Amino acid sequence: MRQGFLYQNPSVLWFLAALGLFTVSVVMLSEVTGVAVVSTSFVKTLGKTLCLCLVAIAMDVVWGYCGILSLGHFAFFGIGGYAIGMWLMYARTEMIVLGSLEGQVIPPTPQEVSDAIGNQIFGVVGSSEFPLIWAFADSLFLQLLMVVLVPGLLALVFGWLAFRSRVTGVYLSILTQAMTLALSLYLFQNDSGLRGNNGLSGLQNIPGFEATSQAAISVVFFVASAVALGAGYVFFAWVVSGKMGSVIKGIRDNEARVRFLGYHVESYKLFVFTITAVVSGLAGALYYPQAGIINPGEIAPIASIYLAVWVAIGGRGRLYGAVIGAAFVSLLSSWFTGGGAPDIPLGFYTIQWTDWWLVLLGVSFVAVTLFFPKGIGGLFDYLVRKP
Amino acid sequence: MRAIFLAFAVLCGTCIKVQAQDLQPLLQTHAEEVAKPSRRSVGVMLDDLVASGLPQVPRFLEQWAGRSVWQGPDGVFFFGTEDGDTLVLEDVDSGETRTVPDDGYTQLRPNGGVRRVIGTALVQFQLADPDIARRQSAVESIARRPAADQLAPLVASIDGEADEELRARKIQLANFLTARFGETAEARIEAINSLAADTSVEARSVLNQILTRDTGVASTEPEGNIARILDPMEAPDDFYAELVEAGFAPAQTGPATIRAALEANIDGGTVGGVPLAQLSTDAARERAYAALARDGLAPPLVTQTTRDAALAAFVFYELYDEDNAAITEAAEAALASVEQRVAFAQAADLALDGLSLASIYFLAAIGLAITFGVMGVINMAHGEFIMMGAYTGYVIQLFIPDYTIAILVALPVAFAVTFAAGVTMERLVIRHLYHRPLETLLATFGISIALQQLAKNIFGTQARPLTSPDWLSGAWVISDVIQISYIRIAIFVLALLFLALILFVLKRTRLGLEVRAVTQNPGMAASMGINPDRINMLTFGLGSGIAGIAGVAIGLYAKVTSEMGADYIVQSFMTVVVGGVGNVWGTLAGASLIGFLQKGIEWLNPSNTLAAQTYMILFIILFIQFRPKGIVALKGRAAAD
Amino acid sequence: MTFKLSSMTAAALLGSTVLAAAECADPIKVGVLHSLSGTMAISETTLKDTMLMLIEKQNAAGGVLGCEIEAVVVDPASDWPLFAEKARELLTVHEVDVIFGNWTSVSRKSVLPVIEELNGLLFYPVQYEGEESSKNVFYTGAAPNQQAIPAVDYFLEELGVEKFALLGTDYVYPRTTNNILEQYLQDNGIAEDDIFVNYTPFGHSDWATIVSDVVALGEDGKQVGVISTINGDANIGFYKELAAAGVSADDIPVVAFSVGEEELSGLDTSNLVGHLAAWNYFQSAETDANAEFIAAWKDFAGEDRVTNDPMEAHYIGFNMWVNAVEAAESTDVDAVRDAMYGQEFPNLTGGTAVMLPNHHLAKPVLIGEITADGQFDIISQTAEVPGDAWTDFLPASKILKSDWQELGCGMYNVETNTCVQLTSNY
Repeated sequence: MRQGFLYQNPSVLWFLAALGLFTVSVVMLSEVTGVAVVSTSFVKTLGKTLCLCLVAIAMDVVWGYCGILSLGHFAFFGIGGYAIGMWLMYARTEMIVLGSLEGQVIPPTPQEVSDAIGNQIFGVVGSSEFPLIWAFADSLFLQLLMVVLVPGLLALVFGWLAFRSRVTGVYLSILTQAMTLALSLYLFQNDSGLRGNNGLSGLQNIPGFEATSQAAISVVFFVASAVALGAGYVFFAWVVSGKMGSVIKGIRDNEARVRFLGYHVESYKLFVFTITAVVSGLAGALYYPQAGIINPGEIAPIASIYLAVWVAIGGRGRLYGAVIGAAFVSLLSSWFTGGGAPDIPLGFYTIQWTDWWLVLLGVSFVAVTLFFPKGIGGLFDYLVRKP
Repeated sequence: MRAIFLAFAVLCGTCIKVQAQDLQPLLQTHAEEVAKPSRRSVGVMLDDLVASGLPQVPRFLEQWAGRSVWQGPDGVFFFGTEDGDTLVLEDVDSGETRTVPDDGYTQLRPNGGVRRVIGTALVQFQLADPDIARRQSAVESIARRPAADQLAPLVASIDGEADEELRARKIQLANFLTARFGETAEARIEAINSLAADTSVEARSVLNQILTRDTGVASTEPEGNIARILDPMEAPDDFYAELVEAGFAPAQTGPATIRAALEANIDGGTVGGVPLAQLSTDAARERAYAALARDGLAPPLVTQTTRDAALAAFVFYELYDEDNAAITEAAEAALASVEQRVAFAQAADLALDGLSLASIYFLAAIGLAITFGVMGVINMAHGEFIMMGAYTGYVIQLFIPDYTIAILVALPVAFAVTFAAGVTMERLVIRHLYHRPLETLLATFGISIALQQLAKNIFGTQARPLTSPDWLSGAWVISDVIQISYIRIAIFVLALLFLALILFVLKRTRLGLEVRAVTQNPGMAASMGINPDRINMLTFGLGSGIAGIAGVAIGLYAKVTSEMGADYIVQSFMTVVVGGVGNVWGTLAGASLIGFLQKGIEWLNPSNTLAAQTYMILFIILFIQFRPKGIVALKGRAAAD
Repeated sequence: MTFKLSSMTAAALLGSTVLAAAECADPIKVGVLHSLSGTMAISETTLKDTMLMLIEKQNAAGGVLGCEIEAVVVDPASDWPLFAEKARELLTVHEVDVIFGNWTSVSRKSVLPVIEELNGLLFYPVQYEGEESSKNVFYTGAAPNQQAIPAVDYFLEELGVEKFALLGTDYVYPRTTNNILEQYLQDNGIAEDDIFVNYTPFGHSDWATIVSDVVALGEDGKQVGVISTINGDANIGFYKELAAAGVSADDIPVVAFSVGEEELSGLDTSNLVGHLAAWNYFQSAETDANAEFIAAWKDFAGEDRVTNDPMEAHYIGFNMWVNAVEAAESTDVDAVRDAMYGQEFPNLTGGTAVMLPNHHLAKPVLIGEITADGQFDIISQTAEVPGDAWTDFLPASKILKSDWQELGCGMYNVETNTCVQLTSNY
């Protein structure tokens, strides 16, 4: 079965090979091996990019294959980040607090310890009592479960309500956008118990690995991200191939006909929506320890729109297209805004890319939609057709 | 240096010839207070000045409060007018003027608190002044700091008051003062009763001031005009803390005090017989503390029983500052009646705010209702058209200094600019994507980020001023509670105008007929001789143009930045979707629902506007789940996607 | 671009410096970590320009340790995770000796773990909420006790305000400041019921209800005052609504902690005359040093530009750093840090700023009234107030103290005499 699946999809093998080669070479060139051609900060950038590629694949499946233009998948990504961030912050702070209370003559009560941790995490802004959502923050296992469960459940409930009411097309897009807006507004509130606008920070410091250098940690996360991306790719390639894949694509092309053929369209859509949300959550959980900080601005509606942009530029309906789109646009974006691109003097005016990059992105996006609906991935069709 | 000094010595020759009626020496005795006055201490000096009876005093006080008094390097005070680098000085007594370079002279800047005290001191001079501006300022000073001794002069000045409006104001103030400081209880009660229908903040403050009260605790019920006896069991811990503060009871023993007591009594690895290592639970600590208390090493633990017993032994009360029970009763009755009126007025004010917010949402969304609702095109750049309109207003104000003309010019120009932009966008991009609605969303999003960044590059990231003309600044004040700014009324009127205009265009004109035809069936419409291309272009231009006008209006009441469009885009989409797509009435219903709902939620939780927005969006999500086609759902074939 | 050109001219003009610089094997690098794009560019670009101006001026005066200073400018694009990434890049790839940067608290929290891990040095120029102390950060902006507390004292003492409306944008700075102020006001005899608190989102524009709520506070005849920690663009709508409702500074004074000369340029201030702001610096301060600074700034950045408080913070911070490097004869972070304590430099508003062992400055607090031309009339100026990392007005932080010089600890519990932690609480 599995062999058959890979046989039918040679692009999966090609992708895995390319990803493996890339991962190995980056690790070899990183500061860990002493070669240090690739700096730690760049390893982190690459690792984060791989996570973005993973969420882009999820987006591609839900949009490019199933035809649901979700403008809320970054909300699931963010939830994953928050879930793991809570444990990272709690565990790190707990160690600090226990360390400082150690010297005391009278041993602290559990309540005192928890108060001290709360004080450290929330400062004077919140009460020292932990809000209910932090109930499992002391357990890595439970928080990892949250990474999967919370986005999954949210997507399940939201999707069930929406698909049941036959909310489709543009309406669904706006609805998902409202969802991510509501979530980010909620998290922006200080009273949300997740540190409001400041969000969770210091996530790159992994509790228990204080002595390990960031160079090593960044490589570990980079490799983990690559593995997750590879696994995610294979999984989604499996989902969209075969009979289920055909049904999903059928829903994209004509939902009514698929329904008349006797398929329970809502269940398929719900499955795709939920499973992609879970993968997005996982990607977020890998992303934010590399970014170091998560705050509500990360899940503002614009982030999810960018996600759709990546997928469209890379090419919808093909998984490697999503990967290419996410990697290409986000790396290019950081190159342009990072001042890496040379200014273009026009004599009367100098084009500085920090100012003009977004204009270029916007215009090229219009161009892609109009002239290359298949995106960058579409170029491969030419390669395959005339070898 | 010496020459300058000499010059001052000569100059001061005039002021050395001090006469009894000169103000300067009096000022010099308070030199420090004049130079650096403070609200709390300035009274002494003002009393002195007023008591001197000098005719120069009122003018000096006015100039001082108006920051026109300067101090020379030698400490002498002058009236001064700055003129570039030079200073025109006027002697406070003789009125002689001369011009000097401003080096070494400092302008005196009494702060707001001091200015208020000065204003009060000036009241007696200004109340009967021939200049109406002075009389007004005197009356305002009384209103800001009412005092008992102002009543008689105020009443005396009423008869001679020529200005009708000011006279009414004086009578009103005299009534307020009588209510608080009137000589007889009857007069006061009469004045108080007359306030029962007055919802103004001032009248309420008069009543509240009469009803000020002190809380206290005593072992028996005290003498005096008692407002009420409090039940300590409502919040036992707070009342107990009051007892502790009054010295009637020992302090409560909290975890921190227990811990401190334990730490202070460590006895070779144990405290109160409990080993240190076991003290990591509250129960063990309490046990150890109880042991300490038994040994007299710590005060006994205050338990709930001891606390309640202590509370029961005392009376907690509120005592009016006013001794006369008849007066407080009358004031309570008046206040109760006022508060009922205020509650109604507040509801009305909230409704006005909701109406205003709804009209803003409507104005922002109506252009979208046309492009999205009628044509089915999702224009993510709609917000940027709003922004373009606002910037057009800003640019026009740069060229036309008269704000009224600028606004009148800006509205059509903004329409023209965004109409052109809309038509261009439709021709270049959207018309290729009519059969791919989701892709218009993405393409227009690209245009949106490009336009936003362009605006940043051209106008900078700093907010730009768009100022409303004088006749639009200010507010329509119905009462102190119900008021709404003119600019919001203007937006409301504008929203109504556009509602009428669009209904007219769609229902009563040839263009509208063709638009509706193209919307329902482009193919059939085309075969009837309608050019769908042209209709689409015009419709899109119309929707965009209205967004431009909305931009001017929104910029006038809020801000003009490159990101202002993004604030409205999601909101506008929701307005259209909630209302029901394809129907202008639906947009109106959606805007009203969202506007009033938001205000309602804000009213429930006034301290957190962000939470109100969150809950509103959650409500919208749920609403759409249960009514996917919106409030005003189209029926029949047009309803199909 | 401007910088490259100007530093080249400076080098050409000062041949001797070039010679001296030639002896420097290792050029002295100053990292500038301010957003040049995104939402914060509005405020931070000004600070980047300030740094370039200061560096240019210092190079013209012979650089530091006889070496030319090289500015390394990066753009974290108002993206908080990117701040951490760029800080790492500055410290490891560019190997800068010091970083001047950040504006928002969340960006500082993002950068903290990186500079503490790599033992960098950051000068943070903006007024902030306190409750933090990092070994690697010098806070040249105001702590709450250098801005909020004196302003409230002014309200209580000078304006006789008896009822307070604390209006703020919902993020950590207003929240913390308002928490401190609530406690402080209650300690000063203001009843809890007389304090109205409201939080609004960033960029809020619908202020009608809130303004009428504030006006209604006057119903019990008490003098009402507004303490505003409203941030950025939202101020424009707020002040417009205030003006429309006819709320004059004589009736209900408003003191703002986040409104400076830059913010007022987006407004017609004629209706706001008399409302207040509290800062450590106003452009209108009348000293020679300030006149010189303003002239240099207008010369560098353009005639219509204004100066503001964070710019002065960078001015003081940069000059102190230069002096500390000269004193330590090295750019080594630990040596410079030791040399920083007790560094003195004249303020632009008069008096002298001193760097304290808790990494804060002692600076005077100024209160200004808004004038019709968008400037501030300074009506009150205190003596130098030492900045306090941990506020004395909240029980949880009253017991904490920061002293990196003697105690070597930023979070020292004075009750138990123990160091709670060495890293900061990011």
